Amino acid sequence: MTESELYPRMSEAIVAGDRAAAAALARDAVRQGLDLLEVVDKGYVPGIQKVGVLWEQGEYFLPELISSAEAMKAAMAVIDPELTKRNLGSRPGGRVVIGTVEGDIHDIGKNLVASMLQAGGFDVHDLGADVKLERFIDKAEEVGAGMICLSALLTTTMTNQRRLIGMLRDRGLRGKYKVLVGGAPASRKWAEEIGADGYAENAVAAVKLAKSLAAGA
Amino acid sequence: MIDAKRPKIELLSREFVDKIVDEGFTLLERHGVMVENAEALDLLGGAGARVDKNGQRAFPGRALVEACLAAAPASIELRDRSGARAFTVGGDEVHFDPGSAAVTMLDHAARAERRAVTADVIAFYKLVETLENFHFQSTGLIAADVPAAVSDAYRLYLGLILSEKPFVTGTFRVEGFGPMKDMLAAVRGGEDALGRAPLAVFDACPSPPLKWSDLTVRSLIDAARAGVPSELIPMGMTGATSPVTIAGTLVQHVAENLSGLTISQLARKGAPVIFGGSPSSFDMRKGTTPMGAIETMMIDAAYAQIGKALKLPTHAYMGLSDSKVNDPQAGFETALGAVLGALAGVNVISGPGMLDFESCQSLEKLVIDDGICAMAYRLLGGIAQRDEPVALGVFEGFTAGMSFLSHPHTRQWYRKEHLGAGLADRDPYDAWVAAGRTSIVDKAHADVARRLEKYAAPPLDPAVRKELDRIMGAYAKSAGLGALPLPKGF
Repeated sequence: MTESELYPRMSEAIVAGDRAAAAALARDAVRQGLDLLEVVDKGYVPGIQKVGVLWEQGEYFLPELISSAEAMKAAMAVIDPELTKRNLGSRPGGRVVIGTVEGDIHDIGKNLVASMLQAGGFDVHDLGADVKLERFIDKAEEVGAGMICLSALLTTTMTNQRRLIGMLRDRGLRGKYKVLVGGAPASRKWAEEIGADGYAENAVAAVKLAKSLAAGA
Repeated sequence: MIDAKRPKIELLSREFVDKIVDEGFTLLERHGVMVENAEALDLLGGAGARVDKNGQRAFPGRALVEACLAAAPASIELRDRSGARAFTVGGDEVHFDPGSAAVTMLDHAARAERRAVTADVIAFYKLVETLENFHFQSTGLIAADVPAAVSDAYRLYLGLILSEKPFVTGTFRVEGFGPMKDMLAAVRGGEDALGRAPLAVFDACPSPPLKWSDLTVRSLIDAARAGVPSELIPMGMTGATSPVTIAGTLVQHVAENLSGLTISQLARKGAPVIFGGSPSSFDMRKGTTPMGAIETMMIDAAYAQIGKALKLPTHAYMGLSDSKVNDPQAGFETALGAVLGALAGVNVISGPGMLDFESCQSLEKLVIDDGICAMAYRLLGGIAQRDEPVALGVFEGFTAGMSFLSHPHTRQWYRKEHLGAGLADRDPYDAWVAAGRTSIVDKAHADVARRLEKYAAPPLDPAVRKELDRIMGAYAKSAGLGALPLPKGF
């Protein structure tokens, strides 16, 4: 298949949330020795962008969103190691550490944001749920992340988002990271109140926000 | 005389109930259940279940679960604080209680949620005490002015002092069970007496899919041994933490309930267990758990039917709303749920008073919902034959100018046959305008004040009160808390 045949199919595989097809097309591209950065840019990214549009139009719901993100993940699982092998560097978006704060086991929303960030070109380190606050900072320092994303679903645990920002300040690291908060009880007002860098109300908005912050950084 | 037929809905055919239950058994046997507690795994293993101790997973077989099911009582008798009034939780009896464990309170004037403090919790219990269609209290509001470490026992402490009604409650941490049970025993005059006449049921919530955390297992085991009923609250969310189909979620719901029941029976054979839950239709746009969705109510009514087929007492979260204020959505979701729950014969219906996905309580809504519950009870009362013949006697001496209003038959029956308006508006338009165009929410707000004014504390033996104070004080101290934020003279 030529590039002009492959790219629309890649995009379609993402829009359809077809993991197997997305990965198979990526393997095809690798086999043919195509320019993989261009493959991502012209094949897969338009797909995930279309998914974002369909979500915003109210056409797509969470099941479509998450399957598309997973199809993107499957494609990138093929492409990323090749990029590294060819010394082409990795994801353009930057490195993100994400997790649900300690005391809170809710991870559906967090998983969604993590998947969409990954699909959106970020290198995502997902620490899971009920994550000790120190771990966010340690991990961010370890991997050289530029962004820390904190999820909380309970009003009782959202205060940990504020605590983490305080901890960063205490360690003189506040300026080093963009801190994004999300979860049912969080809001733009809350983000402002605790001095976070941003709040997004859903996964699609989170990717937009992360991209704009990464671009501005 | 022909008796009233009790109106009833059943959403599933007998064949479908059997199929769902059968798959529930197979699910446990084949895929197992996560149990993050060594003692419960030992109990299950000891009873012959296949157990993977490292993976903290048990695979209870059908024979074991069936034996446990047979050992669990079909109904439970709760008694109020005085012991005088008994409530059967079983059969088709319906009892409403406020939705439990809200963290916020809706401020009527500000139309905004705020954290609840001790004074709110006190007002909440006092108000519910005056609402006759709430048979039970629930520890439905969490005070933010005490540390989280003692807030489970603290809300029960306040409730037991202020109210006569039985309680639906639960623990927030393992250490909470001891003092909470001790308080209940203090009221009853000992643990044996408490076991014979339970005053409260404890909620235990598995984490979907199919996992019992250490906290909930401890609560199950402790409650079983103390003779305190456990209310099992599986909460699958369709397509997010359980299968997206309603029937698929019901299979998981059955398996989660039966696994909890099995642990409870293995801790003590014959321990009272309620087949309950708080599952929901998952909102595929917002990622939220709407309790007011019709599919949530369908899941509830259906699993209640299954619980009855398994000969267990039942519970559901119905009669509550996802709305943030007392608006039309709050009314229609609450009324739809309360009526469907009553028609399904759910024994314990937790929900009234609640807004915002089980997280906010409103005093005004409690009063409005009491009226909804009254209507649900009236509906359950059905249509009875009052006279023989039904109406012909009333028409004896029929004339063109006959008045039904002044007929003795009207006076004899109207209060029994008809509820009255409650807070609902039934004014002619002009009268409504003249009275200031008042909404039901404003009327409810005034009614709350009236009821709180009218509230009289039910008498409590001073020795019991002293013991409650002692238990609560010791628990608070153990959590490093000095004085409790109680109002003067409490």
